[in-house]
Amino acid sequence: MDDTMKKQKLVVIGNGMAPGRALEHLFELAPDAYDVTIFNAEPRVNYDRIMLSPVLSGEKEFEEIIIHGDGWYIKHGITLYKGHKVVGIDREAKTVTSDAGTTEPYDKLLIATGSVPFVLPVPGNNLPGVLTYRDLDDVNAMLLAAQSRARAIVIGGGLLGLEAAAGLKSRGMDVTVLHIMPTLMERQLDPAAGYLLEKAVEQRGIRVMTKASTKEVIGIKKVEGVLLADRTILPADLVVMAAGIRPNGALAKEAGLDTNRGIVTDAGMHTSDTDIFAIGECAEVGGQCYGLVAPLYEMARVVAAQLAGDASAAFVHSETPTKLKVTGINLFSVGDLGEGDDRQEIVLRDAAAGVYKRLVLKDDRIIGTVLYGETSDGAWFHDLTKKRTDISEMRDTLIFGQSYQGGSPLDPMAAVAALSDDAEICGCNGVCKGKITGAITGKGLTSLDDVRAHTKASASCGTCTGLVEQLLSLALGDAYNPAAVTPMCACTDLGHDDVRRLIKAKRLKSIPAVMQELEWKTSCGCAKCRPALNYYLVADWPDEYADDYQSRFINERVHANIQKDGTYSVVPRMWGGMTSSKELRAIADVVDKFDIPAVKVTGGQRIDMLGIKKEDLPAVWADLGKAGFVSGQAYAKGLRTVKTCVGTDWCRFGTQDSTGLGIRIEKFMWGSWTPAKVKMAVSGCPRNCAEATCKDVGIICVDSGFEIHFAGAAGLDIKGTEVLGMVKTEDEALEHVVALTQMYREQARYLERIYKWAKRVGLDEIRRQIMGDAEKRKAYFDRFVFSQKYAQVDPWSERVSGVDKHEFQPMATIGYQQAAE
Amino acid sequence: MKDWTLIGSINDIPRRGARCVMTPQGKIAVFRTMEDQVFAIDDQCPHKGGPLSQGIVHGASVTCPLHSWVISLETGKALGADEGSVKTIEVRLDGDRILARIEQAAMAAE
Repeated sequence: MDDTMKKQKLVVIGNGMAPGRALEHLFELAPDAYDVTIFNAEPRVNYDRIMLSPVLSGEKEFEEIIIHGDGWYIKHGITLYKGHKVVGIDREAKTVTSDAGTTEPYDKLLIATGSVPFVLPVPGNNLPGVLTYRDLDDVNAMLLAAQSRARAIVIGGGLLGLEAAAGLKSRGMDVTVLHIMPTLMERQLDPAAGYLLEKAVEQRGIRVMTKASTKEVIGIKKVEGVLLADRTILPADLVVMAAGIRPNGALAKEAGLDTNRGIVTDAGMHTSDTDIFAIGECAEVGGQCYGLVAPLYEMARVVAAQLAGDASAAFVHSETPTKLKVTGINLFSVGDLGEGDDRQEIVLRDAAAGVYKRLVLKDDRIIGTVLYGETSDGAWFHDLTKKRTDISEMRDTLIFGQSYQGGSPLDPMAAVAALSDDAEICGCNGVCKGKITGAITGKGLTSLDDVRAHTKASASCGTCTGLVEQLLSLALGDAYNPAAVTPMCACTDLGHDDVRRLIKAKRLKSIPAVMQELEWKTSCGCAKCRPALNYYLVADWPDEYADDYQSRFINERVHANIQKDGTYSVVPRMWGGMTSSKELRAIADVVDKFDIPAVKVTGGQRIDMLGIKKEDLPAVWADLGKAGFVSGQAYAKGLRTVKTCVGTDWCRFGTQDSTGLGIRIEKFMWGSWTPAKVKMAVSGCPRNCAEATCKDVGIICVDSGFEIHFAGAAGLDIKGTEVLGMVKTEDEALEHVVALTQMYREQARYLERIYKWAKRVGLDEIRRQIMGDAEKRKAYFDRFVFSQKYAQVDPWSERVSGVDKHEFQPMATIGYQQAAE
Repeated sequence: MKDWTLIGSINDIPRRGARCVMTPQGKIAVFRTMEDQVFAIDDQCPHKGGPLSQGIVHGASVTCPLHSWVISLETGKALGADEGSVKTIEVRLDGDRILARIEQAAMAAE
């Protein structure tokens, strides 16, 4: 036995960002020193907690924010106990034990238990419907609650609370933020910036109540509202407590370690037991606890060096800028913003542009910075603070930013070029400019993802992505395009939007013309770009473009849905979901005649016949056609169904003829090709039996008219619709729905559903064009009507009469005859 | 024993398209590329058995309609990150006529 070869056992309690980073460093410094075991109270791998807000708002998926997938743990031989909460540390025996009864011995122990959300000590704080905002489980619970589109109250107007509020709002909830202080984010912002922020938050339709002190959460079995100290009662179905966090030192305290606000450590991150370290939000180093990621990563670096044997590694305090991750609100704040006799300030206000900048100076040096609305100089100001640069020479122009130093304005690229090598680019990960440019040239990196993989810059909160892209651009010149869009496919460098624009601008009217003029890299495209191009050309030149049949996916080529065994399913139109005994009898006859194995009622109020052999399709359609059926286009990137309720025809609550309007819309719009499928619904009253509020386009009838909705989803994503506006008559309802669809047809990327397109171009822009601009609306409507002249041809009857006959029969049958003889 | 068997005319297949031929060994898919090359492979994706004859033809490859595997018509191998291959069948053109080497004698003799 060689004792020097024996690995020590390192046990880690907690699997958040800090210990994850510490282990990355440790495996670099001393890959074979430790056998690592991790206890994670959450039942999953390590993910980027900072990015939970984009997951809540729907801008990212959970999979996109995973830092270490299962493979990473396997590769490094780590034992990961998922869903194990450690309940005890035995320092005598040097073991830890989890709630599942697992006990593991350690040589070194790393405590990274993070923090717990602060729950207001008020009556009712434990009612069902009261949530905190801390981990993925909280986000999932909020998403579930948001599905009801009910009322949410967020308690806390700090970073976390505002991100939660914006996320819930974008998920369709009615949101109110309660903040106990007079202005939002008062710890990071001065009152002026806090006021601007409040206005911007309110503009998003989120109600903000400041100086609001919560006295009680009311409700019997679940949350029903919040009672404020001034006796105001606010009704609510969901209450999110985001009033701060507390270091989670309970486990360490029970084990007899020194704790204060957090677990007390020295600069080397040792607790009062030299074999036990603490890092992350639970640690208190130099008398301070931290909640932003940059200092936590610094702790990770220190503890890894200590574990690898470098006893001199020490944590150094530094100021960390605050940024709010709410799309469309730019704010940057760092340092000391207090007023005082020994301090001066420079302030720039541009109320019209929504810009506010304030620098706090002391002894000709910047000690605090608040930027609102325009934050691109944040890194530069922060750098001047860190270096204690004397700014007296540039004081007159300082507030205008780096571009204005030295005479003429610099362009943003030159500003980045002018940064010194030790200027910090990525605050979260503490990556300076020199490290990034060094990696780009030294390792031959060419993309943002490369830089993220090698340096971690812009890999956490992502707000410095623009700077990193500019550095790539500086290093690589024309070889890198900072505004790079994702190409349509490997056949071209152009993105969907550029291709759509160029098809119109260059008047390209065939797929070969597009490929020639836009310099396609392949001779005849691929299965990704050809269907997209075919759609763009059909949509842009309805009268001139000859549909390229071979560029359509099989379903659109044979006008049926391919199934896993190669058979097809067929769905005829049932206008507005209405049918008759004659139609049902015809379907029954077809099912019997062709021995169709399965018949199913669809979610779109019609009937699906499954398991039809391809050779039988034309004969099936011929029989269905005789009974008056046409294709339901259940296979198309086009108008699918218009679901209806029975409206005033039958329903005692109906306010309008929803069935009639649904049928009218379906008969007007069937046959149109769209970027992705379009499903609609018309409900005859706000009880909404046709479920119009999760459709691509929906109409809710009310006594006074028609409320038009759009951009809902009920598939991979679940999202309630947005309101486009109210109209008074059926004619207007039809015109608005058609114009909206045409706008979508002209602008969206292939396979992009309406809700994704709407999010990209902005709901207000769509409302402005469709509701606010009658001329534009009419023009969209007319273009749709024109295109329908060429689109409304029933594909089934075409094929019954012989179109594409070759598609349905084998070319030859060989060998059977002889074999049968 | 394999014979060269007439299976059809190149004009029966649309450019960037495919037709099926039924044989005692199963269904084969016969492809015609943009440049009028002709290839034949088993009509079964190595992934989940999808009918390759129904896929979109681009260059000398086809994308399976079920889960978008891309199969080389020349080698029958899956391209890109996927692994798997499908049997290829020898074909040649005699003028417009397409001939394929198909085993039919064995079956016929039974």
